[in-house]
Amino acid sequence: MNKNKEQLLNKRYKAEKRFRLYGQSAIFMALLFLTIFIFKIFSTGYSAFQKTWLIVPVTFDAELMMLEQNPSKEDLKDADYYDIALKSMADLDPNANEDQENELKRMVSYFFEREIKRELLNDPSLIGKTKDVYLTASDDLDQVFKGNYPRDLPEDQRRVTDYQLKIFDQLVELGKVESKFNLSFFTYPDSREAELAGIASSFMGSIFSILVCLMIAFPVAVLAAIYLEEFAPKNRFTDFIEVNINNLAAVPSIVFGLLGLGILLAVFQLPRSTPLVGGITLSLMTLPTIIIACRASLKAVPPSIREAALAMGASKMQTTMHHTVPLSMPGTLSGTIIGLAQALGETAPLILIGMVAFVNTIPGSPLDPAASLPVQIYIWAESAERGFVEKVSACIMVLLGFLIIMNLFAQIIRHKFEKKWS
Amino acid sequence: MFTFIVLLGFTSYYFGRRKAYTIQSTNKRLTALPQFYGYYLAIWCAIPAFIIFSLWAIFEPTIVKLLILSDYSNQGYLDDELNLIYEKTKALSRGQFTGEITPFIEASAEKYLSLRSIAQSSKAVIVLSIIIASVAYAYKKISSNSRTREPVEKFLKAVLFTASLAAILTTVGIVFSLIFQTIDFFKVIPLFDFVFGTHWYPAKAFVRDSSEALDPTMYSDTFGAVPIFAGTFFIAFIAMCVAIPIGLMSGIYLAEYASVKVRQYAKPLIEILAGIPTVVYGFFAALTVGPFLKEIGNSMGLDVSAESALAAGGVMGIMIIPFISSLSDDVITSVPQSLRDGSYAMGATKSETIKKVIFPAALPGIVGSILLGVSRAIGETMIVVMASGLAANLTLNPLESTSTITAQIVVILIGDQAFGDPKTQAAFALGMSLFLVTLCLNIVALRVVKKYREKYE
Repeated sequence: MNKNKEQLLNKRYKAEKRFRLYGQSAIFMALLFLTIFIFKIFSTGYSAFQKTWLIVPVTFDAELMMLEQNPSKEDLKDADYYDIALKSMADLDPNANEDQENELKRMVSYFFEREIKRELLNDPSLIGKTKDVYLTASDDLDQVFKGNYPRDLPEDQRRVTDYQLKIFDQLVELGKVESKFNLSFFTYPDSREAELAGIASSFMGSIFSILVCLMIAFPVAVLAAIYLEEFAPKNRFTDFIEVNINNLAAVPSIVFGLLGLGILLAVFQLPRSTPLVGGITLSLMTLPTIIIACRASLKAVPPSIREAALAMGASKMQTTMHHTVPLSMPGTLSGTIIGLAQALGETAPLILIGMVAFVNTIPGSPLDPAASLPVQIYIWAESAERGFVEKVSACIMVLLGFLIIMNLFAQIIRHKFEKKWS
Repeated sequence: MFTFIVLLGFTSYYFGRRKAYTIQSTNKRLTALPQFYGYYLAIWCAIPAFIIFSLWAIFEPTIVKLLILSDYSNQGYLDDELNLIYEKTKALSRGQFTGEITPFIEASAEKYLSLRSIAQSSKAVIVLSIIIASVAYAYKKISSNSRTREPVEKFLKAVLFTASLAAILTTVGIVFSLIFQTIDFFKVIPLFDFVFGTHWYPAKAFVRDSSEALDPTMYSDTFGAVPIFAGTFFIAFIAMCVAIPIGLMSGIYLAEYASVKVRQYAKPLIEILAGIPTVVYGFFAALTVGPFLKEIGNSMGLDVSAESALAAGGVMGIMIIPFISSLSDDVITSVPQSLRDGSYAMGATKSETIKKVIFPAALPGIVGSILLGVSRAIGETMIVVMASGLAANLTLNPLESTSTITAQIVVILIGDQAFGDPKTQAAFALGMSLFLVTLCLNIVALRVVKKYREKYE
């Protein structure tokens, strides 16, 4: 009998240990996913912050550039750079035949003559002289140099030919290939050529959308929250508003995209693909988040504050505007920032209102067509070129960086400025 | 113009306040603080301006259009052609017109510009005169020292109330944007075919020559949404298979076992998973998980699609873990301590207490959190668009690719849409069904959670 009891007890203790282990492993799994996730993004993305340059001697031959004697600045701008650009690439291998010259040209980026032009415009005295110019390597060679490209594939499955690799290796040996910080990733707009593609356009698009979103959602949400928390009578109608807000917070984001498409674009005829429409759509989405946060922090202001103000003869409106609302601001602001961070990461609604259009200019106002950072991630992830994979990860790193900063900011506001009652 | 009115508002505020001080200096008792006099005047300045501006914005384009098109009225144009002429006129007047310029259109472009400038100047005149009249009226009122605080506060309250209608307006907007397109869609495609049809092939609707009349029989096998619905629920099911065990167990562990320190670090870390944008998950699923599963499958001799439902569902499950864990954590912590103490006093171990006492007590809340998770899984878009297939297969094999409601909406609506095309309308019909399904889930879930909260509060 005693032995039986002991066995039973042992069994129960074992069950206890097992259960505990399940819990621990669940947490472990969740954290493991997070680690893999971040590791994967960083390990594929960090190399995008470096860019490979080929150092090529360029002879600025006035005759080839169709320049007359003593050219003015305007002449320099209009000159023909393509031929000298082509020639300097062809000169890398004096024995190259026509096909090979073509391949040589494709070792650098698509707009390489612009880089040569910039060089000359910076220093017009170069005419007739030869100078080593940094040219952006093509995205495939960039990947080869970073070691991301499988060189052992058969030639017909590679986008880099054996000949290009041979010349490239020679250049590497001569020290004519250099890797430098990829500034253009931050300053260039999107491009079809991976080596020239940057996040400037989508970044500005995101900033504009978020600003529009903030300017609409914040005032409306705060006013609505004040009404519901401080003034609304308890009746069917306010209950209905409440149910609406709670439901909106859980409506899938793509439905808001359909709303933007069906109402803002089709009925109000607002311009397609613009951060304005994107911002309005996002503001409808963040509205419930901010309302809920603002109401929670209004609720947290103790009634004694209100009673004191009322006792001093303040009207209900004065009490609310002068005392309750300012005291609730830290909570509201941190809720707003979290809502904006959500909006910043949102993709699907923006795709539906046309912010996926290919934009190769940097938008200057919310009325110019633009993409946004998450949409840029989607666009690049869908394109087949190898060079875009690291760009996607780098773009994700930038986006995550912003989200982390915003969330930290929200935390700081909450902890620094929020009064602890009681 | 706008800045001018704002300036005018400020000036009237100062006028109002100064008036209040002058009244005060005559030793009369003010009915409110001086700034309320100012607010009162400013409001009387802002409201008429706002009303006129909005009326103008609504009616000006229609009137201008009528005036322009009256030149063409007796030349036998169709409505569509008239609209086209109007669009051309507008484009030309902005200097953005690239097509062939006929003298007619050039003339109407000039007329358009002159009409616009007339409209602008008359707007300015009307707004200013009305503002001045209304401010003068209000000024007279405050001079006689009538009440100002009450009207100002009433106005503010009305503003607050209007803001709170925004939520309802959004819901109404959603329903409106969906319902018209959906009704048009069901005029062409019978509801029965949509709900019970098993072939989804919207690309077929694009092959149509747009000049021909719509022939509904053409679409009889095109818009059967069963594979889409099945795919949606299937992927959501896979996601919940990942999310429920991990989310629930970590919620229980955090609430009942974890030390303060573990809780302090593990909880925010898990919640990071909820803050990662879904497009990032999608990229992760498409680039890492999909090919990884394919490789494993191939090494076991299975034929795995690189865009399998498993990859999308699994990654979606990871995304939902924090929702379930933090909600069930909340729910479990709100179970009263007395229930635990009672159970321990009877000699139960911790796990027995959790399984036999706390879990049943917290069950409604947990079910609510799971329902919210399901609703999120059904509405999730980017992961599916990027990692799962786009072809709608009716399959229950997790290794094959399937498609979901959200993915189909994106596929149909990406790029240029032609409103009035059955394909575009199909996307709205899918959106409607998505909205309805998630709405039901949300309402039920929120109710359950609310009831549960009330029970222990």
